[in-house]
Amino acid sequence: MDRRSFIKSTSILGSGLLVGFSIKDNIAVAAGEGLSNPWLQINSDNSVRIYVARSEMGQDVYTSMTVLIADELDYPLEKIKIEMAPANAKLYGNDALGGAQITGGSTSMRDAWIKLRTVGATAREMLVAAAAQKWNVAASTCVASGGVVKSGNNQATYGELAADAARQKHSGKPTLKTKDQFKYIGKSVGRLDTPAKVNGTAQYGVDVRQPNMLAASLAMSPVIGGKVRSFDSTAAKAVKGVEAIVEVPDGVAVLARDYYTAKKARDLLNILWDNGNTAAVADMAAIEKGLREASKKKGAVIGKAGNVEAPMTGATKKITAEYQLPFAAHATLEPVNCSVSIQNGECHVWGPIQFQQGAQGAAMAASGLPEEKVFIHTTFIGGGYGRKLENDFVAQATSIAKASGKPVRMIWSREDDMTHDYYRPISLSQMTGGFDAAGKLTGFASKLTSPSVTARAFPGFVVDGSDPFMNEGSANLTYNIANYRAENVIHDTGIRVGYWRAVSNNLNAFAVESFMDELARSAGKDPVAFRMGLLDKHPRAQKVLSTAAEKAGWGKKMPAGRGLGVAQMECYDAYIAVVAEVSLKNGKPTVHKITCAVDPGVAVRPDQVRAQIESGLLLGFSTAMKNKITFKDGAAQQTNFDSYPMLRMSETPIVDITVLEGGEKPAGMGEVGTPLAAPAIANAIVAAGGKRIRSLPFLS
Amino acid sequence: MKLDVNGKSVDFEGDDSTPLLWVLRDHLNITTPKFGCGAGLCGACTVHIDGQAIRSCVTPASAATGKKVTTLEGLPAAIAKPIQDAWIAESVPQCGYCQCGQMMSAAALLSTNKNPTDEQITQAMDGNICRCGTYSRIRRAIVQAAKNIA
Repeated sequence: MDRRSFIKSTSILGSGLLVGFSIKDNIAVAAGEGLSNPWLQINSDNSVRIYVARSEMGQDVYTSMTVLIADELDYPLEKIKIEMAPANAKLYGNDALGGAQITGGSTSMRDAWIKLRTVGATAREMLVAAAAQKWNVAASTCVASGGVVKSGNNQATYGELAADAARQKHSGKPTLKTKDQFKYIGKSVGRLDTPAKVNGTAQYGVDVRQPNMLAASLAMSPVIGGKVRSFDSTAAKAVKGVEAIVEVPDGVAVLARDYYTAKKARDLLNILWDNGNTAAVADMAAIEKGLREASKKKGAVIGKAGNVEAPMTGATKKITAEYQLPFAAHATLEPVNCSVSIQNGECHVWGPIQFQQGAQGAAMAASGLPEEKVFIHTTFIGGGYGRKLENDFVAQATSIAKASGKPVRMIWSREDDMTHDYYRPISLSQMTGGFDAAGKLTGFASKLTSPSVTARAFPGFVVDGSDPFMNEGSANLTYNIANYRAENVIHDTGIRVGYWRAVSNNLNAFAVESFMDELARSAGKDPVAFRMGLLDKHPRAQKVLSTAAEKAGWGKKMPAGRGLGVAQMECYDAYIAVVAEVSLKNGKPTVHKITCAVDPGVAVRPDQVRAQIESGLLLGFSTAMKNKITFKDGAAQQTNFDSYPMLRMSETPIVDITVLEGGEKPAGMGEVGTPLAAPAIANAIVAAGGKRIRSLPFLS
Repeated sequence: MKLDVNGKSVDFEGDDSTPLLWVLRDHLNITTPKFGCGAGLCGACTVHIDGQAIRSCVTPASAATGKKVTTLEGLPAAIAKPIQDAWIAESVPQCGYCQCGQMMSAAALLSTNKNPTDEQITQAMDGNICRCGTYSRIRRAIVQAAKNIA
């Protein structure tokens, strides 16, 4: 049964137990009541299906979310069938992101931790209640384990009990397992998507195949947002194999049996673009000048302690510094793509989608069809990092399908992808620190000036000039400093910006943790000891910091030209500390080793905590070393992996990770590894005898 | 033109200059070679021609005539299984998009070198980008696969 007919038919399914979860009421209820949110289906043949409502882009939600239900349900993980959930924010909204059906902000497990365990545990208790009723025994004598309920000599599979279980009343507040009872949570269990990803059957957006589907390549203006003024398609039409050429709001698309033909013909289109004002203003000198001008404005105050108006009051020594990050591209290895079929009054969208509700909205607008006729099918995502939160590609593919009347698989070239990103914002951070006469750091002020992604994407969340996502990594400082002020200034440079793995944590952490090192050095203190002294309110931060320092051999004698640099922060409820070991040759840094200690609260999937931290560290490292996007006449100048190079095996440093569980619930793990590689490396370069680098990338 | 893909003879009627990648993906519906860069820079499209790892996004289909094209689907079990088992044992993939290409490069290496050194592994794999940064696991999996084969 396909997903849609399942949703339609669940209300008349009598043979199985369905447990849904009402987000608003925070209770789980039985079939007929909770069907509106089907996370879990237990069938009479004892098969179990789980619907995963977050997008799998490498971060392991496919398995992690399943594990939460399976462990509490107490059903063999390997027997579970998994499907990606359809778009339905009412059912699958993310409470950690305002109820939208979004995979982002490292929220999936934080949102799901109690919610999905409740789904599993409620079902388990209903099965037990059904068994107790059937055998006329006390529920306390029944044990549900491994898909079977037993009491004395009685036993029945979950499937045999499911229909009766569905009729049991339940409060929706089950007794959740305790840590010692977990079978999967916290254990080493392989990822459930690994076999398909290793045997090649895993379906990504680019792999979608539907009857009569054509490949589409869309010519867009080199300047993002540019519109078609006029075009001549004579040469493109002459290419053998071209099936259609259509104009859509973002450009002109060519359709053919294969992508190569479509792209070849597309490159022969002669298009005159109207690029509006962007081309005139968007070059780097103008962008940087505008950013600096904006930084002179008073910002929204987003972090405060003590004397916020004048944090340097009483300081006898003041230090200032500025830090800058460039625009960066997501550069997911799977380029942006989307497949759409509009037939019989229905619009079906397949693709690498991180925001199902937004994708549905984009397809509705482009197809003109109502919500109930627009179906979102989320594929595996070949790298997201925030890029596939955007739905520009859904709108484009839907427009092409509508204009051509054909099912289409639109794929962007790498060049399209890199030059039409929603870039990580450029930033300017201005920092001031003040020491009192006794040498104590008593004043700290930071000001981040940057474009705001939220102001573009979710303007309602920007209140009084403050973007909550710009404040990550500055409003939540762990340091105990008497007088502290953090500000942000939102400045639109004309270049469109997007959420990029760890978002402004990257911008703020580079500034804060580089600056803390500068402060420590100016006070003549050891950078680890200096931080430890200011972390007295955060014992978990102290623990990861001391652990990372010890594991990295902090304080050991280093050869000339080699040094260790440290950085630490709280990020998505996790505490993390990183030590980079760097050597310099002719002033050029080489990173040999990155040592990290992380406190994820609870490690639901310990091996995947390591995988995510390593992945994040390496993305942060490689981006900081080499990557920047620049603009000339409104167009991005980097176009492929030659001008915007990716990390390769030969450049990959040793990564040593220690996981220290110090909390009661899981933190977000997908992004926390990313921000600290850059400041740790900057600090290590100084320790190695190099110059302080305050502007990224290191190798520019 | 006629092509030998995974031991089967297939016809391709299109433009001779069509890269092998798009013949495989869009005409033969063989989707393990992935599109990443279109410029031979990332290795996601890696397949074998006569056992050599090549970037199919920049290799015209005509260059494969009279030769044997092998994708992950057609890799002999004697080499595919040890590699895939090792990839699973080391839990290598994250997003997984690059991994078919990674395994094809590993297969080409292990077919001719049963016991590669770290340096030889790096050299064989350096053309394959993993944006998720799974390189340490890929390296461990190759070492493991070499033992599985031996």
